[in-house]
Amino acid sequence: MIDHFVVPLLKILVVLNATLVAVTYMVLLERKVIAWAQSRLGPMRVGPYGILQPVADAVKLMIKEDITPVRADKWVFTAAPIISMVPALIVYAVIPFGPEVSIFGRKVTLYITDVNVGLLYLVSVASVGVYGIILAGYASNSKYPLLASLRASAQLISYEAAVTLTLVSVILMSGTLSMVGIVNAQYTKHVWFVFAQPIAFVLVLIGGLAETNRAPFDLPEAEQELTGGFHTEYSGMRFALFFLAEYANMIVVSSVVTTLFLGGWLRPFPNVAALSFLGIVPSWAWFLIKSFVFLYIFIWIRATLPRYRYDQLMRLGWKVLIPLAIANLVVTGIVKVLWLGVGG
Amino acid sequence: MGQAIAFYTLAAFILGFAVLVVSTKDTVHSVLFLVLDFLFVAALYVLLGAPFLAVIQVLVYAGGIVVLYLFVVMLVNLKRPPEAHHDPHRRTTLGFGLAIAVLLELVVIGVYQTVGPVAAAVPGPAMPVTGNTEQVGWLLYTSYLIPFEIASMLLLVAMIGAIVLAKREL
Amino acid sequence: MSTQTVRGAMFDTNELVINMGPQHPSTHGVLRVVLRLDGEKVVDADVVIGYLHRGIEKLSENRNWTQIILLTDRMDYVAAATSNVGYCQTVEKLMQLEVPRRARYVRTILCELQRIASHCLWVGTHAMDIGAMTVFLYAFRERELILDLFEEFCGARLTYNSMRIGGLPLDIPPGWDKKVLEFCRIMDSKLDEYEELLTHNRIWLERTKGIGIISGPVALALGLCGPPLRGSGVPRDVRKDEPYAAYDEMQFDVPLGTAGDTYDRYLVRMEEFRQSLRIIRQATEGLPEGPIVGKVPRLIKPVVGETYHAIESPKGELGYFIVSDGKSTNPYRFRVRPPSFCNLQGLRTLIKGHLVADVVALIGSLDVVLGEVDR
Repeated sequence: MIDHFVVPLLKILVVLNATLVAVTYMVLLERKVIAWAQSRLGPMRVGPYGILQPVADAVKLMIKEDITPVRADKWVFTAAPIISMVPALIVYAVIPFGPEVSIFGRKVTLYITDVNVGLLYLVSVASVGVYGIILAGYASNSKYPLLASLRASAQLISYEAAVTLTLVSVILMSGTLSMVGIVNAQYTKHVWFVFAQPIAFVLVLIGGLAETNRAPFDLPEAEQELTGGFHTEYSGMRFALFFLAEYANMIVVSSVVTTLFLGGWLRPFPNVAALSFLGIVPSWAWFLIKSFVFLYIFIWIRATLPRYRYDQLMRLGWKVLIPLAIANLVVTGIVKVLWLGVGG
Repeated sequence: MGQAIAFYTLAAFILGFAVLVVSTKDTVHSVLFLVLDFLFVAALYVLLGAPFLAVIQVLVYAGGIVVLYLFVVMLVNLKRPPEAHHDPHRRTTLGFGLAIAVLLELVVIGVYQTVGPVAAAVPGPAMPVTGNTEQVGWLLYTSYLIPFEIASMLLLVAMIGAIVLAKREL
Repeated sequence: MSTQTVRGAMFDTNELVINMGPQHPSTHGVLRVVLRLDGEKVVDADVVIGYLHRGIEKLSENRNWTQIILLTDRMDYVAAATSNVGYCQTVEKLMQLEVPRRARYVRTILCELQRIASHCLWVGTHAMDIGAMTVFLYAFRERELILDLFEEFCGARLTYNSMRIGGLPLDIPPGWDKKVLEFCRIMDSKLDEYEELLTHNRIWLERTKGIGIISGPVALALGLCGPPLRGSGVPRDVRKDEPYAAYDEMQFDVPLGTAGDTYDRYLVRMEEFRQSLRIIRQATEGLPEGPIVGKVPRLIKPVVGETYHAIESPKGELGYFIVSDGKSTNPYRFRVRPPSFCNLQGLRTLIKGHLVADVVALIGSLDVVLGEVDR
């Protein structure tokens, strides 16, 4: 009884809260990291070293006037940010933060659930997230947002195809679609998949950047190009939801890359007994550290690189990433059959 | 018992959304209700013990095909052409007639159910693995290989056709 | 040029008319560009200016010759000292005044410092428009150093009023020349930083190479000047062709482009940075002693006549045409030939056929300052 209802409920509570807090503090992290890259300090006033800045931002956005354009479709206008945010949150149901541990004498798995189609669930939920952007642009009933939302959704769909094809090679390596299974496969094969599939790693990283509309693929929200993009007409909390959804997606991508390529919760060299002193750091801490590294890399890239033009972006997705993904898949398949044996 | 409750709730939602799809005046709302419909159908698949199918339903149908529907609906200004006939009940009578025809067909099929399920032309090798994904994969690549390949050829042709139609200079 | 907002009627395959500006985060200043788009391609563009017109030329007819120096500050507010110099030299040309050698050297130093400051702003905003935000912060950090130097010299950071007819109002403070040399040393390494972030960056190359190609003859026909003209391979630099101030005594090269695209204009300006540093070092190290202002009559009243004089401002050839009627202390007519105005004429030709995302890159590549376009 407790194992079926209470424990999962508690897990959901913990994960959801942690995610929302993390997403809010991502705002501060991004501003600080970009500021330091630009020889500035970033927010410093609210709280010591600007720690309370997200609180100030949240309060400001919540008390802002809620403006809905006159001829906008009210239901769709309101639903769009929600449709953007929800997929980013429910993905956490399959992400494993750690293996089975003992908490207060109970055996608890550090993941909400282990669906045996976990990776596919992730991809499908991400594909539903596209609706938020399309509907935001449409419901605003104005030229600029509509243009921007169409471009954004075309970008998302193209890179989804590239990332999904790349993920198939990872599935080939691990033999299972379950996220926990993939981490365990990295344990049993004695190698993090980033070393076994370096090309897939790079492709998923680039595709992840494009999926979350991050620089250098952030044309849909580039202020300089189309004055705000698909969220031009949004203000207050709805606007905040879009941005939080973007950061939530970023965290999801970091977590996914960590799980699939960097061994999830495994410590470095998990099979080398000599390094077992590294086991002092708990498994979920390893997971968080690795995810944080990727988050930092994403922010770093935003501070450094210029932006791709839309047609160059699409060209990259279709003519470079997808062929590379397919080639990677073919090579992986051939290697697996010829050298490793089908069951390997 | 719990299964029955779940099934009937889902079925009610699915049917409800389906009715909304055809009765809403706004085309975009209609498409959105279709998406919701597909999501609930995916839930039904989970109930039937086919999680792989459920996820694929969301990924392909709700996340791909209906997005394209939405694009088209948003970009095309769907106006009803002026009514040629002034009979306001024409559409309703036509709908009724078609519904009765389909219902009769279903009754006929149900009563005269002599045809059983078609056995596979070539019985495939024994399935060594369990799990929905593995089973679907096994069947696709052994017993149903030819339909699978034909479907992929069809998709390839469709893709090339779309490119040819949409490109301005080739 | 109607803008349609009825839901659903926006997307026939006809053209879309989009208005960019005058309030827009990346048209530098109040510039309005009305674009006619076919999908994302720009079919035609209509550039609308005049939003910053303050009537400077008319105002100057009611001010005496020295007061006009204040007005020239506010035209190209990014490179105010250069505008000052150009104007003063035009009046000196009309009055046939002799400017002492020291004043000419200091003018050269200030002009070249101004060139670096203006190009810093250019590289920062150009990069930011294309998405590389960090370069903006770095470039402004160096611009601050120059502004500090100017503040020490004349007390102002933006509108200097730093020249007088016949020379300069004050001599440079003691130790200023050491600070200038120190700045040159710092700037060299910072330039390498900008180049590292941009010049060989794959994305930068894709956004600027082959964009806005304009050939030499077309550039000349359009009346372009400055780096846009030199980027297309035409070797025209007023500092070399008609030397003024102390440029005839300086050794420097004039960078030329070959392809005439945005990337070449970028390279030309980046090289101009280094050449300016070269000139500043020569001028500061060889700074002669002497008076800072020549023999100028108390009341400036040029004889009847008219004259045109041009200098090389960071944006291009900045020319002044003045007409004096010999009787009053105000000019009869004061006319400016702003480089940004002439370069902006080329925008329409440049934009055609490119995508919307390139428009900002092209405006940035021309380096326009609306202050001098509209006056």
